[in-house]
Amino acid sequence: MACRTCLWLLGTTFFTCTVRLVVEGTEVGATQGSQPEPGVVGSNHSQAGGGHGSSISGIQIVTFKWHHVEAPYLIALWILVAGVSKMVVELNHSLTSVIPESALLILIGWILGGIIYGADKMQTFTLTPTVFFFYLLPQVILDAGYFMPNKLFFSNMGAILVYAVIGTCWNAATVGLGLWGCWLGGAMGDIDIGLLQFLLFGSLIAAVDPVAVIAVFEEVHVNEVLFIMVFGESLLNDGVTVVLFNVFDAFVSLGGAEIDAVEIIKGIISFFVVAFGGSLVGIIFALLISLLTRCTKNIQIIEPGFIFILGYLSYLTAEMLSLSAILSIVFCGICCQKYINANMDERSVTTVRYVMKVFANGSETIIFVFLGISAIDPAVWVWNTGFILLTLLFIFVFRFIGVFLLTWILNKYRLVPLEFIDQVVMSYGGLRGAVAYGLVAMLDENKFKEKNLMVSTTLIVVYFTVMLQGITMKPLVTWLKVKRAAVTELTLAEKIQNRTFDHMLVAIEDISGQIGHNYMRDKWHNFEERWLCWFLMKPSARKSRDYIFNIFHQLNLKDAMSYVKEGERRGSLAFVRNETKADVDFNKKFRASFSEIMPDIMADNMGPDHVPLSSILQDIVPSVCLVMHEQDLTMRESEDFNAHHLLQQHLYRGRKQHRHRYSRSHLETNRDENEVQEIFQRTMRSRLESFKSAKMGVAPAKKIQTKHQKKDKPQKMPNGNSSDKSKNHPYGDKDLEFSEGDCGSGDEAAGDLFPMRAYRVEAGIVNPAFMAEMDPMDNMQQIPHVALLPQTLNSFDT
Amino acid sequence: MGSTNSTLSKIPNVEELMEETGFTPAHIVRLYDRFEALDKEKTGHLRPQDFGAINRLAMNPIGDRIIGAFFSPGQETVDFHSFVRILAHFRPADKKHPKDPSMPEPVNSRTSKLKFAFQLYDQDKDGKISRAELLQVLRSMLEMQVTEEQLESIADRTIQEADLDNDDAISFEEFRKVPLGRARRLTYQHGPLQHSAPRILSQPHRK
Repeated sequence: MACRTCLWLLGTTFFTCTVRLVVEGTEVGATQGSQPEPGVVGSNHSQAGGGHGSSISGIQIVTFKWHHVEAPYLIALWILVAGVSKMVVELNHSLTSVIPESALLILIGWILGGIIYGADKMQTFTLTPTVFFFYLLPQVILDAGYFMPNKLFFSNMGAILVYAVIGTCWNAATVGLGLWGCWLGGAMGDIDIGLLQFLLFGSLIAAVDPVAVIAVFEEVHVNEVLFIMVFGESLLNDGVTVVLFNVFDAFVSLGGAEIDAVEIIKGIISFFVVAFGGSLVGIIFALLISLLTRCTKNIQIIEPGFIFILGYLSYLTAEMLSLSAILSIVFCGICCQKYINANMDERSVTTVRYVMKVFANGSETIIFVFLGISAIDPAVWVWNTGFILLTLLFIFVFRFIGVFLLTWILNKYRLVPLEFIDQVVMSYGGLRGAVAYGLVAMLDENKFKEKNLMVSTTLIVVYFTVMLQGITMKPLVTWLKVKRAAVTELTLAEKIQNRTFDHMLVAIEDISGQIGHNYMRDKWHNFEERWLCWFLMKPSARKSRDYIFNIFHQLNLKDAMSYVKEGERRGSLAFVRNETKADVDFNKKFRASFSEIMPDIMADNMGPDHVPLSSILQDIVPSVCLVMHEQDLTMRESEDFNAHHLLQQHLYRGRKQHRHRYSRSHLETNRDENEVQEIFQRTMRSRLESFKSAKMGVAPAKKIQTKHQKKDKPQKMPNGNSSDKSKNHPYGDKDLEFSEGDCGSGDEAAGDLFPMRAYRVEAGIVNPAFMAEMDPMDNMQQIPHVALLPQTLNSFDT
Repeated sequence: MGSTNSTLSKIPNVEELMEETGFTPAHIVRLYDRFEALDKEKTGHLRPQDFGAINRLAMNPIGDRIIGAFFSPGQETVDFHSFVRILAHFRPADKKHPKDPSMPEPVNSRTSKLKFAFQLYDQDKDGKISRAELLQVLRSMLEMQVTEEQLESIADRTIQEADLDNDDAISFEEFRKVPLGRARRLTYQHGPLQHSAPRILSQPHRK
C-alpha cells in the first residue's frame, strides 16, 4: 500500500510541476506571440529571450534559465508524464482487463488536457501531425514489422491484401458517397463542402489503425489467423490511404472541373507506384541493415543502433519520395529480422528487442495521451449532429458489409474458410486511431472550410472505436465463441485423455502437412537458402543452425543460471557437491503463471534465430525451481492430490495451444517449457546413450562431430520404453513451414530405420560432457547443469 | 482447376475415396501432394521411416503410436487410400446431416474418433486398456519428469476413477464416458490442410 501511495504522490507532483511550468511559461511568453517549435509538441510558448529584460546588477550565483532549456525540457517532461500515466493506468490489473489500456490513457489525456486548458485558457499542447508522423509513429510500425510472425503473415498475404486494398477502397468510397448523399439530402444542414471533400474525408477515416488494433487485441486473445488478418490489414492499408489522401487532396486543389480520365488513371497508377515503391524502399533498407550487421563484429556495442537508424531512414526516405512510409518501414522490419538476429551478437539482439519494445510502448502511450489532450480544445470543436452520427453509422455498417462481402469472395478460394465469428470479430475490430487524426489535422484550412468539423468528427470516431469497441470487444468475443464445458475439476482420466488428444491432433497435423508444399514457396526457400543467406548472413551464423543444439544450449544456460541462483539463495553452491542421495529435480511449480513467458526456442515463427539467453534468464523469476529431494521422500500425504499435482505440472500442452504470437508488451512467445524440457531431455539422453555405446573418443575439444545413429532397441532405454523413442531430427523437411532448416546446413542421409544426422558445433560451445569421457557420470561434479541428465538416467535405473 | 483434375486422375478410385471419406477434391489433391512429398522414393507406399522424417512428429511423445496406427497389423507399408482413410477420421464432423441410425457410422463421427484414440492406447487390440498399456502411455508422456512409482500411482488412480465394472481395465464404453471437452474438438480445427485454427480460442485460464 505504501508503494501505491508513493506512486500517487509522485504522479500528483509531476502533474503539478507541469502545470506550474506551464503557467510560468505562459506568463513569461504570453505577450511574445507564438512560434511553433519544431519537435516540441505543439507548444505555443515562444522562445523569446526577452525574459531577461532586466539589466544585470551583479554576478548572479544561480539563475533560472527556463528559456534556455524550454524545448527539450518540455519534451522530456511530457514523455515522463506519459510514462507516469501508463503506470497509473496499470496499477490495477483488473481494470485494464476490462477497459483496454488505450481507453484509459485517453481518459487521462482528457484530464490532463483539462488541467492545461484550465491553466492556460487554451490548448498549448496538441498532437501535431509533424510530431506524430515523424517522431511517434515510426517506432510503433518498426516494432510491428520486426516482430511480425513472417510465416503467418506471408501465408495469409493474399487475404490480407484483399482486405487492405479492396476493403479500404470500399470503405472510403462508401463512407464518402454515403455522406455526400446525405448532405445532398440535407441531413447535415448547411456546410461548405463538396463531393471531393467527402471522398477525402472518407478515405482518411476508412483506414484501420495499427496502433489501436494492437492495443485492443492485446487483451483479447483471438486465434492467430484472425489476428494476422486484422493486424496485417491495418499495416498494409497505409499504401491505399496515402494514395487516396494525396489524390483527393490534389483533386480538391484542382477543383472539380479539371478531373478527367487522365487524372483518374494517374491516380490509379500512383497507387501501384506508392505501394510497391514504398515496399521496395523498405526491402532495400532491410538489405542494407543485414549487410551492415554482417560487418559489425568489432563494434558490437553499437550494433543495435544501426537497426533503429536505418529503420527510421527507410521511413524518411519513403516519405521524401512521397511513397508509403509505413509500408517501407514495415517491410524493412519484416525482411531484416531473420538476418540481423542471426548476424548480431546475442546481447545486441536482446538490446534491439527490448529497446524496440520500449520505444513502441512509449510512443503508443504518448499517442493515446495526446489524443486525449487534443480533444480539450474548444477551438476545434464544431458540432454537427448529422455529420457525426452519420459518419459513425456509416463506418460501422459499411465495415461489416465490406468484410462479409470480401470474405464471401475469399472463401471460395481458401481451403479453410473464415468463419462467421471470425468475420464478426474482424469487422468489429476495425478500429480507427491516431493515423486518421494525424491525416485530418494535416488538411489545409483554406481549402477545407470545414476542417474543424472533420477534426471533431475524427476525434469522436476515434474515441468511439477505441473506447467503446475496445471495451466491448472482449465480452463480444466471449459471448460469441463456442461455449466450453463448465470448468469442473477434471478427473485424472480426463486430464490424461485431453493431453493425449492434444498430442494426437498435433501429430496428425504434422503428418498431413500443415502448410503443404507449394511450388512458389519451395522455390523461394531454395533461393533464399542458396543466395540470400550466403549474401546476408555471417558465415558463422550460417553454420550454427543446429536446431536441437540451440535448444540444448539455451536450456543448459538457463539451468546453469537457475542453479547458481539457487546456490546463492542457499548460501553457497556447496550443495552441488553432495551427490549421494540428492536428486536434482527441475520441478516446475509456477508453470501456470509463467506459461506466457517462455523462451522462443522453437522459433518457428521467426525462423531460426539465436534467442538471446539473457532474455530468458534474467528478466523473469526463474521459471525453473530447483528442488532437492531425497529419493525416498515420502511425499505421499495424499495420493490423489499428488497424482493430480503431478499431472498438472508435467503434462505439457500440445503445440496447437499456443496462440497470440505478437504482443506489444510481452517479448517471449508462449512456448511451453515443459515440452521443450521434455524434448531436450529425451534428445540429450539418447545422445548420451549413443555416446556410451559408441565407446570412442570424440573429436577434439573445439569441434564436435556427432554422428547419430538412431537405434531403437528397447533394451537400451533403461526403463523399457516403447520402441523408436529417441529422436533424430532430419533437416530440410521442406514441406513444413516450420522447418528450421531454412538456412541450414544439415545433412540428411537415409539411415537404417531413421535418417542420420550430423551435428556440427562451432567453437566456443564446449560441453565437457561430450568430451572424451567414457562415463559422463564422473564429470558431474564440475558441471552442475549437465548433472541433471545422468541423474535422470540414474533414477530410471532403479 | 486444371491441375486438380489432372492430379485427381492420377489417383485410382478417387471417387470412391471421396465418397467414403467425405473429402473434397481439393483436399484429396493436397493430401496426395503431401503423400508424394513424404514418399521420397516414389514407391507409392509409405514406410515408418517416411513418417519419421517429419521433424515435429519425432518430438511428439506419442508420435510413434500414431505412426503405428496408420499401419494395419502385419502391414509394412501404407498406400494412399489407407493414408487418406485414417486422416479422414479427423475431418470436422458434419453437423448438418441428420443422424440416420441405419447407415454406418460416418468415418469422422465422434465415435470413430474416440475409437481411433482408444486404439492408440490399446496396443494389443484386446478391446481394453489394461494397466500396463495405460502405464506405457503415461510413461511416454511423462517419463522425464516423474519417477516410476509416481507413474504407477497415477495409473492406478486413473483406472480407479474410470473403471466402472471393476475389471481393472478400461473398456471402450468406459473410455467413451469420460466427458471430454477436448474430444469435441478432436478434429482439425478447420480441415487438415491449413495452418492453424481460425476458431476463436479464448483461454481465460491462461492469463
